[in-house]
Amino acid sequence: MLAKRIIPCLDVRNGRVVKGQKFQNIKDVDDPVSLAKTYSEQGADELVFYDITASNEARDIFIDVVEQTAEQVHIPFTVGGGIRSVEDFRKVLKAGADKVSVNSAAVKNPQIIQEAAQKFGSQCVVLSIDAKQNEQGWWTVYLNGGRVNTEKDVLEWAKDGERLGAGEIVLNVMDTDGVKTGFSLAITKAISEQVNIPVVASGGAGNQEHFLEVLTEGKADAALAASVFHFEEIKVKELKDYLAANDVEVRRIS
Amino acid sequence: MISIIDYGAGNLKSVQHALSTLGFKTEIISSKEKINESDALILPGVGAFQDAMDQLVSLDLVDPIRENVKKGKPILGICLGLQLFFETSYENGKWAGLSLLEGEIVRFQDDVKVPHMGWNTLIPNPNANLEKGISAGISEKDYAYFVHSYYAEPKKQDEVVLWSDYGVRFPAAVQKGNVYGMQFHPEKSSEVGMKLLKNFGELVT
Repeated sequence: MLAKRIIPCLDVRNGRVVKGQKFQNIKDVDDPVSLAKTYSEQGADELVFYDITASNEARDIFIDVVEQTAEQVHIPFTVGGGIRSVEDFRKVLKAGADKVSVNSAAVKNPQIIQEAAQKFGSQCVVLSIDAKQNEQGWWTVYLNGGRVNTEKDVLEWAKDGERLGAGEIVLNVMDTDGVKTGFSLAITKAISEQVNIPVVASGGAGNQEHFLEVLTEGKADAALAASVFHFEEIKVKELKDYLAANDVEVRRIS
Repeated sequence: MISIIDYGAGNLKSVQHALSTLGFKTEIISSKEKINESDALILPGVGAFQDAMDQLVSLDLVDPIRENVKKGKPILGICLGLQLFFETSYENGKWAGLSLLEGEIVRFQDDVKVPHMGWNTLIPNPNANLEKGISAGISEKDYAYFVHSYYAEPKKQDEVVLWSDYGVRFPAAVQKGNVYGMQFHPEKSSEVGMKLLKNFGELVT
């Protein structure tokens, strides 16, 4: 049976992993490649590297991180952040990434999904959606880390993404990001039921129950989190034991 | 020397790194001469079936691959590489493959999410040898990483070594003599994948 996936996300700045929380000014750093190895050994199913640098020099360092990870870590990983063109896709795939996630650039130019899918195959095109719910309960797509509301309907955008050729959707709920009150189950479920590609839930993970909820009730195919793993509040191995005990199919390493 | 065929379809580095980590000598090749010289071949691949066949044809690699395999040279097809081994694919049309194995490539039905993406269990064929050979050390509890929308329907079920299940039972690994195929990505399947690549490497070097 296909297992539900657990995916730690690593934000990378200047070649280092930034461990930050939204509402707490904690910053710590770690080497991305060694952290990736550690997660892989603990049984993480995939990894996401998110480039949060701005300068070109830092971009080269990031590509170097991608190359080293591909050499040393034998699980799949997605690269996101700063992907603006098909050429950007090519660069990170060439460096060894398995999938590339595109966010703002796809909102501005949806054709990038189609072009990348045609060039490299749908399996490596991930549409990452930042979503927020307004007071009327309407979910819309946001840009620039939640600062710009595009007024685009989240569910429609997910369907558009599938139609254009995305092979997977990451739904990142901004309201719950970093606040650890649980994933947003209803919108995750709605998207998962209405597209026929895998859906990764992101934003809000605080405890093991949250993962269980989103992988069952929320119908997510995978769950992504950062700080709970980085700060070792949740260990991948223990999380998987917990999920397995609750009848969720997960890959456990012996 | 294990030669990885570069025909513009996919991530060769991961396969090469994995084999190097295991201590096998590898090179990336794309010529007929190099195919003739190699001890064993790996045909990787992601992307579309038709594009991949077109590339093999335009690089003039189809006959060299077939001839070398016929003479007994071991070959491992990974993901799309396995699919190319079969006779026909129905991926957006009907396309001829390398015909190293009998059978067809068909799409998963829409009652499951497509692509089939993630870790799925390996189910050894009852006649598979789990003591030695390509599937040595593999058990029912093992998972491998898959990313694909199409799967093989082999004519001969005894050429399937490992099955997997995604709405339908499909071949995860096949073998016919010196022809080996893996639908999953061993280079991305952590310890289980490394075990399978090691098995292949030891069989051919």
